[in-house]
Amino acid sequence: MRTPIFLALAIAVAALVFWLTRTAGNDYLFFAGYTVLQFVVLATAWNILGGYCGYVNFGSAAFFALGAYTSVVFYKFVHDPRLCPDFWTSLTGQDCLLDLTASENEGLKDLLMTYLVPQSLPALMAVAAVISGLIGLGTGYLTLRLRGAFFAIATLALAVVLQTFVVNWSYVGGSRGAYVIRPNDIEILGFQFPYIQYLFLIMVMLAAISVAIARTIERSKLGYGFATIRDDELAAEASGVPTLKLKLIATTLSGALMGMAGAPFPYYIGYLEPASAFGLPYAVNSIAMPMIGGTTSWIGPLVGSVLLGTLQQVVTVTISSEMNLLLVGVLLVAFVIVAPKGLVGLVQPQLQKLRRKWTRPSSKSKDSASASAAS
Amino acid sequence: MFDSADLLVNALIAGLLLGGFYTAVTVGISISFGILDIVNIAHPGFIIVGSYIAYIVNERFGLDPILVGLLALPAFYALGAFIYQIYYVSFEKRGQEALRGLAFFFGILFITEVVLIIVFGVDYRYVNAAYVDTTYNIGLAQLPMRMVVPCVVSLLMLAVLQLFVGRTFLGRAIMAVAQDQQALRLMAADPVKIKRVAFALSIATCSLAGACLIIIQPVDPSIGRDYIGRVFAICVLGGLGSLPGTLIGAMLLGLVESFTSTFFGPSWAPAVAFGLLLLTLAVRPAGLLGR
Repeated sequence: MRTPIFLALAIAVAALVFWLTRTAGNDYLFFAGYTVLQFVVLATAWNILGGYCGYVNFGSAAFFALGAYTSVVFYKFVHDPRLCPDFWTSLTGQDCLLDLTASENEGLKDLLMTYLVPQSLPALMAVAAVISGLIGLGTGYLTLRLRGAFFAIATLALAVVLQTFVVNWSYVGGSRGAYVIRPNDIEILGFQFPYIQYLFLIMVMLAAISVAIARTIERSKLGYGFATIRDDELAAEASGVPTLKLKLIATTLSGALMGMAGAPFPYYIGYLEPASAFGLPYAVNSIAMPMIGGTTSWIGPLVGSVLLGTLQQVVTVTISSEMNLLLVGVLLVAFVIVAPKGLVGLVQPQLQKLRRKWTRPSSKSKDSASASAAS
Repeated sequence: MFDSADLLVNALIAGLLLGGFYTAVTVGISISFGILDIVNIAHPGFIIVGSYIAYIVNERFGLDPILVGLLALPAFYALGAFIYQIYYVSFEKRGQEALRGLAFFFGILFITEVVLIIVFGVDYRYVNAAYVDTTYNIGLAQLPMRMVVPCVVSLLMLAVLQLFVGRTFLGRAIMAVAQDQQALRLMAADPVKIKRVAFALSIATCSLAGACLIIIQPVDPSIGRDYIGRVFAICVLGGLGSLPGTLIGAMLLGLVESFTSTFFGPSWAPAVAFGLLLLTLAVRPAGLLGR
């Protein structure tokens, strides 16, 4: 299947999911569904670097939180347009990074208030994508030239450092956290939507787009380049694959998608504090979901995140949120030991056996076969 | 002027004491990551487990935390041997340690943290011992026993390990594993067995390191994460697999952190280790005493 067709199909599925959730008439479904979809994006993004290139990123929480704090900064900025971080003052001696109350910045303020504020979420996601992507690029550039383990360690520590910055930045609430008040409704194209439905819609579209991106990469020259890095980096380098460049592309893209997933989060949760935004659960989930689903193709993270995400919602409601985390950890360890190829790896041979039994060979193209495996 | 000299001297002493303690936290990683090339990011998780064991026994029976740490060494050794066996069979043998092995240790780190939260809650825990509240003053300098005791214990542990690695047959075999496994096999020695001993030793250090940690500061389940950046920064800074390098790296990080928290405030200290790590990786990846 061609990419534009797949993208159209993915968006159609996303729209269908949105419509079905609306007909259910239960707002809780939107809240639960949002979390699952957010993990679809995180897992897919993680897999672009982890599954395709074989480089482990433990800092999903850092990229996610970067996106989330982009929104918090923006939210605060709209209400108090003076960006004066303490560390900026102590580093440079200047008062403010950006002060829109000053007269010389009048034009910028108008621009911001007329164009950015009404379209805040999509614009914020774009900004978050740029910021997280750049941080990913920087971390990758410093560590990806060395052995893979160093990158993993650096991403792990990245969360701690960014958290330290946020804790020391009183503008975004410091360690106490920040409140972001979610509007009740939003008007799109003349229709009134409850805001949570709007958030859900944005996340379901982002999920569809990320899956389409992952699938496109997988089947492109880029994806084959990534696969050579995963299988034998030395051999790839020797045969002329620009490995560092490819790795940096993967890191940037993966980080950007994670940041985009984080940008709407403060509006969803209403109250964001560093300890939870940078917490291990995001990092663990975005690793566990692809690992459980299967890392070699785009279906794996999708299956893993939908199944595990839904299971987590059920366990959180019925047992407790600590048990839910324990479950994720245990499943992750169990799967990497027992089923290294994930659920997809367990199911695929069976499917192929069935297909060989029931259909004549070469009656179906390979693409539509894998698409039917996904549905 | 007198004030700032006072501050300077005490920041220096606190840094050296802290650095001494960091050797205990890092020496295990120096063995597993530096020598065996096993990226055990769950190491800080085991240290926190060590702290909680020291806390439980100290509260129930009033035993000295260091003594508890010593008594728990064999249990941690066995745990380490067990984990290495799983790691070897599931990942090293199949050649999958890069992606899945890392995810495995990450899962273990997460599981230890969540289990501790479920059992003990998120409250800070601390231990009681005669020396915890004592501080000696020598001139300008303050010597809090809370820091001195862990520092001395840690340095002793490092010295013992250095002697073991340098002077005994088994220790030399461990260093040989790092250099050439194939050659070891040709000498009719089983590299897997030797690596198991070495990994078990690295986990055993967590018992004492945990006991030292809970003497120095109150411990909660999630504190292990702050130490991940630190241990790897020290390990890389000192040079992978070099125990004297570990000492130097630990002292450096201790000093830098101590000065940072004295002059910029303690809330900035966690970022220091990471900065140092990135700097080392960018400028001199082999570390100060790299092989």
